[in-house]
Amino acid sequence: MNNDFLVFDHVTKRFGALTAVDDVTLTINKGEFFSLLGPSGCGKTTLLRMLGGFERPDSGRIYLEGRDITDLPPDKRRVHTVFQNYALFPTMTIWDNIAFSLRLAKLPKAETEEKVDAILDMIQMTEHAWKYPDQLSGGQKQRVAIARALVDRPQVLLLDEPLAALDLKLRQHMLIELDAIHDQVGITFMYVTHDQGEAMSLSDRIAVINRGHVEQLDVPAKIYEAPSSRFVASFIGDTNFFEGTIESVEGDYCVIDVKGFPRIKAYNDKNLSTGQKVALSVRPEKIRVTKARPAPEKGASINVFPSVVQDIVYQGVYTKYWLDSADLRISALKPHSRFLLDQETITWNDPVFVWWHPDDAYMVEVR
Amino acid sequence: MMKMNPLRSRRAEWLVTLPSLLWLALFFAVPSVIVLAFTFHGHTPNGGVGEWSLSTWRELVDPDYPVIVWKTIRVSLEVTVWSIVLALPCAYAIARMGRRWRSVVAGAIMLPFWTSFVVRVFAWKTMLHPDGWLQACYLAFLRLRAWAFGWLPGCGGQVDPASSTILDSEAAVVLVSVYTFLPFAIMPLYTAAEKFDFALLEAARDLGAKNFYAFRKIFIPGIRQGLISAILMVFIPAIGSYVIPQMLGGTNCVLIGNKIFMRAIQNRNIPHASALATLMAVSVLIPIACAMWWRRSQSARDRKRLDAETARLMTGGAS
Repeated sequence: MNNDFLVFDHVTKRFGALTAVDDVTLTINKGEFFSLLGPSGCGKTTLLRMLGGFERPDSGRIYLEGRDITDLPPDKRRVHTVFQNYALFPTMTIWDNIAFSLRLAKLPKAETEEKVDAILDMIQMTEHAWKYPDQLSGGQKQRVAIARALVDRPQVLLLDEPLAALDLKLRQHMLIELDAIHDQVGITFMYVTHDQGEAMSLSDRIAVINRGHVEQLDVPAKIYEAPSSRFVASFIGDTNFFEGTIESVEGDYCVIDVKGFPRIKAYNDKNLSTGQKVALSVRPEKIRVTKARPAPEKGASINVFPSVVQDIVYQGVYTKYWLDSADLRISALKPHSRFLLDQETITWNDPVFVWWHPDDAYMVEVR
Repeated sequence: MMKMNPLRSRRAEWLVTLPSLLWLALFFAVPSVIVLAFTFHGHTPNGGVGEWSLSTWRELVDPDYPVIVWKTIRVSLEVTVWSIVLALPCAYAIARMGRRWRSVVAGAIMLPFWTSFVVRVFAWKTMLHPDGWLQACYLAFLRLRAWAFGWLPGCGGQVDPASSTILDSEAAVVLVSVYTFLPFAIMPLYTAAEKFDFALLEAARDLGAKNFYAFRKIFIPGIRQGLISAILMVFIPAIGSYVIPQMLGGTNCVLIGNKIFMRAIQNRNIPHASALATLMAVSVLIPIACAMWWRRSQSARDRKRLDAETARLMTGGAS
């Protein structure tokens, strides 16, 4: 009926008056690392739970390798979940935890042992095999939870905010490890997170979910650089919005009249015509801050506006500035690719210039 | 944080514990020793305690007693099994309820305790009376069974209302004991189930387990502590049960508690009653000792297994 690997076909789920998932249609490819990214309460976990068999959609179907799995109970689908709090069985050893699904499948004993030992080796937990879950650290529990869900090679592995309970350092380490595990096992991963950094660094594709529907489904770079909506632009990374009316169109570019910012020039990626209202997103790292007025590049005109530094946060790798220009507060990132102390320092209340190239802005909303 | 002198805190600990310690010494330890001492005395015809002698223990060699002790243990075990079987799904259901319903139902379970225990047993006596409606239902059930399965060997025969009474039977004692002790089984199980992480059942389902398998392999071991308490909470009072067999068991269900009463009040033989009480206390202590031994051996086994496996891996890695 459907040749795609995993399909959500017009799936809707309501909880009372709340529509948690609103007519979502998604296609996920085999072997893909697919992320559902969105703020808490956006419906991403409900989508995952419907795939796991813990919730039944009110309407719509879910197909896995052409088979309708919508009404199957959790134990009848080869889809395993890595739960947010790991949900390791506290009364069983690590070894028994991992062997759980194999024993249920009534695998021969030798085969079970072989598989469990192999996956323990893969996650480098062999020496902890006979410990109990509460004797492990957070990162170790995480690895065991992944191993337990992967050991009988499910069709899809679901990960429900698996790194949320770990500290930053460990999270970064586990990101790399997760990526390596995915490459090694070649199983389709479906990853739920509200952390855009995790989703960006791991995923082949990301579906940005907001209020129960898919805002944008694309590769990470597209999601970041070409957000489909104002929500996506602000949820993934920081950005500055400039709202105004198209004043004139000149070839591929247009000039936008924004209150307090006369004549912002931007690439006309939406093919707009004069008089239309538009919101422009400019990422902080695309905006440069200098004390001297930049010399115009040859052939192209850049957007330059005078501004005053309001706040500075030094981060080592970069410095973040908040600047006031007209009525707007602009945020800008200045990367320190050269030794910082050799440069002219910009400090609080300095009059400066902010400037960016017309190609570096993106239109996110047209009205 | 306030720093505390270790000596002073030690003294404070003693001061706090002392009242309960004294209470237990005065009203538990001393009487226990006295009861034990009585067993090594004879008795006087007017109900007093006689000279030091082993005669009481010698009298205890009565073929009736092993039968009664065994019957007491058997009935108590039966009561325990029924109570746990009924309490488990109940505790599970309460723990899965919403917070508000939970306290309502938990309160309802404790409600019978607002009425005197003896009054409740009396109520059962009325309900189980041969002219009562429960007896009528029971007879109807027996007649239905005889009518439906009477042709099968062993199931047939005429129903005789005179010999098929619930009252004054072991069944009545078990029934009312289960009714009485059920809350004591539900409460520790519910307390354990409330702390149980139900996401674990979802995880088990997710990994391919059916509902009942997950309940058996994940939920039951998960509330093991509560299960042990529930078993002890039912088994121990059931062994010491006196009122229920006295009022509902008639002559068909005389347990050790009733025998002690008989010896102490009717025969006015205090040393003999003391010896029986000692016998009963020992039979109560055995299951506790077993439970404790089992727990200790379990953790020792786990530790040994961990050590052995780690050693195996270490040497395996070295070679």
